[in-house]
Amino acid sequence: MSVELNAVSVRIGTAQILRDITATVADGAMVGLLGPNGSGKSTLLRTIWHALAPSQGAVLIDDTDVAGLPTRELARRVGVLMQDDGTDARCTVREVVETGRLPHRRLLGADQDPRDRVGEALAAAGVTGLADRRIDTLSGGQRQRVLAARTLAQATPLVLLDEPTNHLDLAAQHDLLGVFRRLGVTVIGALHDLNLAAAYCDRLHLLDQGQLVASGSPDEVLTPDLIGDVFGVAAAVTTNPLTGTRAIHLGPRLITGSTPA
Amino acid sequence: MTTTASSAADRLSRPHRLRGWMWTGAGLLVVAVAVAGILVGQVTVPVGEVWQVLATHLFGARPSARGMAEQIVWEVRLPRVLGGIVVGIALAVTGVVIQAVVRNALGDAYVIGVTPGASLGAVAAIVLLGAGSLGITAAAFAGAIAAFLVIIALARRGGGWAPGRVILSGVAIGYLLAAATYFLQIMATPTQLQRALFWTLGSVAGVGWEDLPLLTIVTVLGCGWMLLRARWLDALAASPELARSQGVPVGRFQLELMGIAALITACVVSIVGGIGFVGLVIPHAARFFVGASHRRVLLESLLLGAAFLPAVDILARTVLAPTELPIGIITAAVGAPLFIAQLARTDRRAPA
Repeated sequence: MSVELNAVSVRIGTAQILRDITATVADGAMVGLLGPNGSGKSTLLRTIWHALAPSQGAVLIDDTDVAGLPTRELARRVGVLMQDDGTDARCTVREVVETGRLPHRRLLGADQDPRDRVGEALAAAGVTGLADRRIDTLSGGQRQRVLAARTLAQATPLVLLDEPTNHLDLAAQHDLLGVFRRLGVTVIGALHDLNLAAAYCDRLHLLDQGQLVASGSPDEVLTPDLIGDVFGVAAAVTTNPLTGTRAIHLGPRLITGSTPA
Repeated sequence: MTTTASSAADRLSRPHRLRGWMWTGAGLLVVAVAVAGILVGQVTVPVGEVWQVLATHLFGARPSARGMAEQIVWEVRLPRVLGGIVVGIALAVTGVVIQAVVRNALGDAYVIGVTPGASLGAVAAIVLLGAGSLGITAAAFAGAIAAFLVIIALARRGGGWAPGRVILSGVAIGYLLAAATYFLQIMATPTQLQRALFWTLGSVAGVGWEDLPLLTIVTVLGCGWMLLRARWLDALAASPELARSQGVPVGRFQLELMGIAALITACVVSIVGGIGFVGLVIPHAARFFVGASHRRVLLESLLLGAAFLPAVDILARTVLAPTELPIGIITAAVGAPLFIAQLARTDRRAPA
């Protein structure tokens, strides 16, 4: 599923959160949104699944404006793994993952997909053994896997991930991004870890204070200059001898606005 | 990934293992309470005679019990017990729904203005119009719906909709309506006051066969609809944002739920008055027994409500016999300690 952002601006109250964002995401691509806290990554994701309406511009998925899609139709096309979605009720893991099938159910409860999407999602996220545990008895990492399983069960052609590797240990970070990568669907993820972004994403978009400052392949976006400008930290870039992808080494804090010597 | 169940996790999931037992227990409780409700009262009717009366009506057996027994069992106690069951179900289930909408453990029919609105309507009809029972019912229904609409209007903000504001406006409007109700009671004559008081605190004593059809139809349809929506309720109770991401049209759904809850409650309170605490305490008990999934919580609340209200009604007519107590006094007196006991238990386990 392709995504097109046409001059999207978002204003909440008097604050301009996003300014004139224009970008396209090709069908099946895995795309990373990078930027410091408050740069607008989460807001951009929320705008794509129309939890927020843009004050100007439009978001198109497969050439359809998301503003014109009924909530249920939208949920059949776009799955979201949110940072904190309030899933704290005393439900079992299986019940939480079953929630992901909601958009595919009719009123009387029958799932329109004959496959065991819930079982497959539990297995793919590595939480089959936790299926009958209560969600409030899990560790942060286990919980994040369960929420990922719910998004997998939703089986949408577009998946949005908001800092999906939070609470996960190193192996689990790779497990999670790998699962979504292998799905082959379009994935847009807000990421903090530049090395993970370099390893998993086809393209990256760099946000700073609500504006898109760079778009391109990891090689084009992850340069010492751009990292220094946007994150305020000195950086050196080499090739990771194990993967052949870019490896970013971060140095000391820079004075805001300056570039590395 | 391996599952390491700590002992804490074991303790937390214990209610789940007891689940099967909870269903059977609640079901048996309903039957036991109903039987007791028919047998117990100011006048002792021998079990044999009670059976005769029921057999006459239900199986067309040759009538042998007559007069007093017939009158007490068939005309007074049975409709009263059945009314208690239906009212208990209605209040418990609407409590579950309102708590899911406002996402607050304090949600019940008082919060969405229905009960205070109905009370004001009924008391105004008694004191100002000297209305008869049909007039009181109509005024209570009108008051309930009017108060609900005002609170919904206040909770709407711009094009959006904020369930959190329902509680705020509900509490404020509730106080206002209560003030008006008290004012009218002060103006009332002693006879009017007696009727008004009984009405504000609720009673199923007056429920007759003629009240049951409408009450039952509204409750069955309303509860059935809620059960069909149980999965959406799960998502909504977790968070509106999550529900939306799963395709639930959140604003419309919240209005639909509150509208149905308000209609059911308005029907109930217009017949039996403002019975408090049932909608608050039963959903919590149900969640404690069967977990958080709304299919189970709705069904367990239905059973517990069906047992709780007729049981409390037995107390209402026996504690100070021959004087009848308004049932609202007992639901609060029994419900509040149960609620607090449960609160204490939940607190020790995990933040609720």
